[in-house]
Amino acid sequence: MSAWVDIAALDDIPLRGARVVKTAEGCVAVFRTSADQVFALDNRCPHKGGPLAEGIVHGNSVTCPLHNWVFSLETGQAQGADEGQVPTYPAKVEDGRILLDRAFLRGRAAA
Amino acid sequence: MSEHLIIIGAGMATGRAIEHLRDAGSNMAITLFNAEPRGNYNRIMLSPVLAGDKTYEEIVTHDDAWYVEHDVATRFGEKVVAIDRAAKTVTAANGDVLSYDKLMFGTGSNPFMIPLPGHDLEGVIAYRDLEDTEQMMSMGSDNKVVVIGGGLLGLEAAAGMAARGVDVTVVHIMGHLMERQLDEAAGYLLRKALVDKGITVKCSANSKEILGENGKVRALLLDDGTELPCDLLVMAVGIRPNVQLAKDAGLAVSKGIHVDDQMLTSDPDVFAVGECVEHNGALFGLVAPLYDQAKVAAQTLLGGEAAFVPKELSTKLKVTGCDLFSAGDFADGDGREDIVFRDPARGVYRRLIIENSVIIGTVMYGDTADSNWFFGLIKDKTDIAEMRDTVIFGPAYQGGAAQDPLSAVAALPRDAEICGCNGISKGTIEDAIAAGATDLGAIKGTTKASASCGTCTGLVEQVLAVTLGDEFVIPAAQSICGCTDMTHEDVRRMIKSQKLTSQAAVWQECGWQTVDGCHVCRPAVNFYLLADWPLEYQDDPQSRFINERKHANIQKDGTFSVVPRMWGGVTTPQELRAIADAAEKYMVPTVKVTGGQRIDLLGVKGEDLPAIWKDLNDAGMVSGYAYSKGLRTVKTCVGTDHCRFGTQDSTGLGIKLEKTLHGAWTPHKLKLAVSGCPRNCAEATCKDIGVVCVDSGYQVSIGGAAGMDVKETELLVQVPTEDEAILVVKAVTQLYREHAKYLDRIYKWLAKVGMDWVKERIVDDLNERAALVERFEISQSIYRHDPWAKHAAEKAESYQPLANLALEAAE
Repeated sequence: MSAWVDIAALDDIPLRGARVVKTAEGCVAVFRTSADQVFALDNRCPHKGGPLAEGIVHGNSVTCPLHNWVFSLETGQAQGADEGQVPTYPAKVEDGRILLDRAFLRGRAAA
Repeated sequence: MSEHLIIIGAGMATGRAIEHLRDAGSNMAITLFNAEPRGNYNRIMLSPVLAGDKTYEEIVTHDDAWYVEHDVATRFGEKVVAIDRAAKTVTAANGDVLSYDKLMFGTGSNPFMIPLPGHDLEGVIAYRDLEDTEQMMSMGSDNKVVVIGGGLLGLEAAAGMAARGVDVTVVHIMGHLMERQLDEAAGYLLRKALVDKGITVKCSANSKEILGENGKVRALLLDDGTELPCDLLVMAVGIRPNVQLAKDAGLAVSKGIHVDDQMLTSDPDVFAVGECVEHNGALFGLVAPLYDQAKVAAQTLLGGEAAFVPKELSTKLKVTGCDLFSAGDFADGDGREDIVFRDPARGVYRRLIIENSVIIGTVMYGDTADSNWFFGLIKDKTDIAEMRDTVIFGPAYQGGAAQDPLSAVAALPRDAEICGCNGISKGTIEDAIAAGATDLGAIKGTTKASASCGTCTGLVEQVLAVTLGDEFVIPAAQSICGCTDMTHEDVRRMIKSQKLTSQAAVWQECGWQTVDGCHVCRPAVNFYLLADWPLEYQDDPQSRFINERKHANIQKDGTFSVVPRMWGGVTTPQELRAIADAAEKYMVPTVKVTGGQRIDLLGVKGEDLPAIWKDLNDAGMVSGYAYSKGLRTVKTCVGTDHCRFGTQDSTGLGIKLEKTLHGAWTPHKLKLAVSGCPRNCAEATCKDIGVVCVDSGYQVSIGGAAGMDVKETELLVQVPTEDEAILVVKAVTQLYREHAKYLDRIYKWLAKVGMDWVKERIVDDLNERAALVERFEISQSIYRHDPWAKHAAEKAESYQPLANLALEAAE
């Protein structure tokens, strides 16, 4: 059963931007796309640990600021020739508020 | 239980063997030892890394994730110290004993160090691994390096460092360079090309002794008494198979570890592949046979039948601007004839060595486009009697075919090798195309063709073009990125002529194929819009690289560096105190003086940025824009204030320039300097814009560089007054901003438009100069401000986490 936690207003994240949410197991990056969709991924590039929340958001992808690896925000899969995957977590927008799944915190500990 | 394979050495051969095993579905347990503290990388690409054409990350072939995904237990940074073949165990350096069913040696080779006196001094290195490469990369324009060895590796090392501005001398014992692969004529052309790159070449030179000082290398002494001073000495004279461990284990070893056609050593459970092996008396140093060996070893392990057959080898040099190719045998001999073609004006040399109407060797320099066709003739032992008159001109001239550049590729048989590194033939690529791989990336992904050294990329594209016909267009002008077919120039033209003032308008009118661009085009388009429409367009932080978005430079660990402005490199005790206080308060791990005469605080946490900026602001300092494609610094000397040689107030002019240009965005970073006299202590003549003061006024010159390229500035104009010098600098900055391609420094832009074009607008036409200055000021009315103050006051919250759920998790 999922329990949604209200995190912040959608407008707290710039369009085509991201902010981080701190958790006990490290930071999760919450992205907002040009279509006002939100996605939550580990804030850590599998390549060299780059902070994905600082990357450029384009379409449903983000480019890591350290070495330009591109990841799908939907699946966390590296795009193009690079291989790697970033864990993703449930996230949604309701009434202009960003909601994350409380279970993801426990899921992260197990992952 | 599945069998356990232990592999000693993570090199190009063993890496490929693992790929073959896993691709074939083998579930064998694999443990991979490597003495280097990392996994497989493409060692032959170290030269492009050295030259700055590639980064180390780009040449890693297998990363940690790959090993995990392919179930390979890695023990990197660990040596195997002993092997007990009777008990079938290996002993690791830490004492662990692991048993194996099969063992594979991939111990590679060691660089040969000439035992000259002084060869053990600090600063004497080989050219073998990443550490060596990094040492060479640490050399800069004020360093001297001597390379002993004028072979493939030595020359790639020399050219790579010369490209970084290092003063390089190559010392070669033989009469001409690369004597094993080249004849004298090609050696001469190569030498000329290297000398043009600023490399000093000494052939027929015998090294006598390496001289040191305090345990560190100082110079190389030659037989004839010449002393060549150096900060680093690179020995690239050859390699020796690394066989000690195999020898200790009692395997049959002479120069290398003996292997049969199945890559088995004298022990039927022990394989060896790569540079450590000896096969029928031959050793191997090029990558193509290594890959073949890996394939054979893997197939043998899988129970299949395969045999290693050495093939004709060819060599290409990976030095930008030196196109050379050699293959086969080209020594003079009885019964051998030459056909030689020379075009001195183009620097082209081509020689075929013929025996009994068959080409047995070739050397090509300057134009190697047809090299694969010739290589095919050598391998197939084709009788050339019929085409002897025209064969030297290449395939396009055979059989009366038209001079279509693609006809050479079309004429290649299916088994013609296209990618030498990976042994991929034209037929394999054609099959991949038929199976749906219709662009370069897909061909790389499915066949590995052009995925190693990359020199065959053009050929692969031609095969695509020949096979697909009109469906594949060889990329001509480079589009900005995959989002659009338009070039930078096209997009700029559209932005101006169609008055496009938003990114959305650009995406629409220029036919972007993505929703909202990508990390490549967005920063470029954002810049073009703000450069052309400073009042209409609002800068978009989300289209900027993180450094410009957060006004600080991101470091590899995700922290940032903070650099306050020091106008003209001048500071005060009070500013220094404030910097020191901030460094302590925010626990800044590194405080460094930069090359631009200011202080860098490295390792500041992203969350602390607004607070540290506030503190620095309070002490009167502003952002130094050390992160920007914009004005960085104006370096100065002390000028007439203190210097007995100074002709003008260079410090004062530098401060005025930095204040007036502060905040200006340009296509790439913009560095200035002002020297108070022609002694040029501020090094103004290697900056983007440099001013050298003389008695009669100010010489403004542009287009210098002191990075990957090193260039002296060219004089734009000499003006009599300081005010006019400032106007000229503003005008040239604006002209550059309005016309250059994003990420072109001034020198690159200047090479495209020419100095005359710039002079016409800034020196000859004073109305145009004034108009440029006016447009510069309009732009500065928006952008000449301190982003730190604005962010600390208005956006500090956005630097903090959106939420903190750490406490909830603890429940």
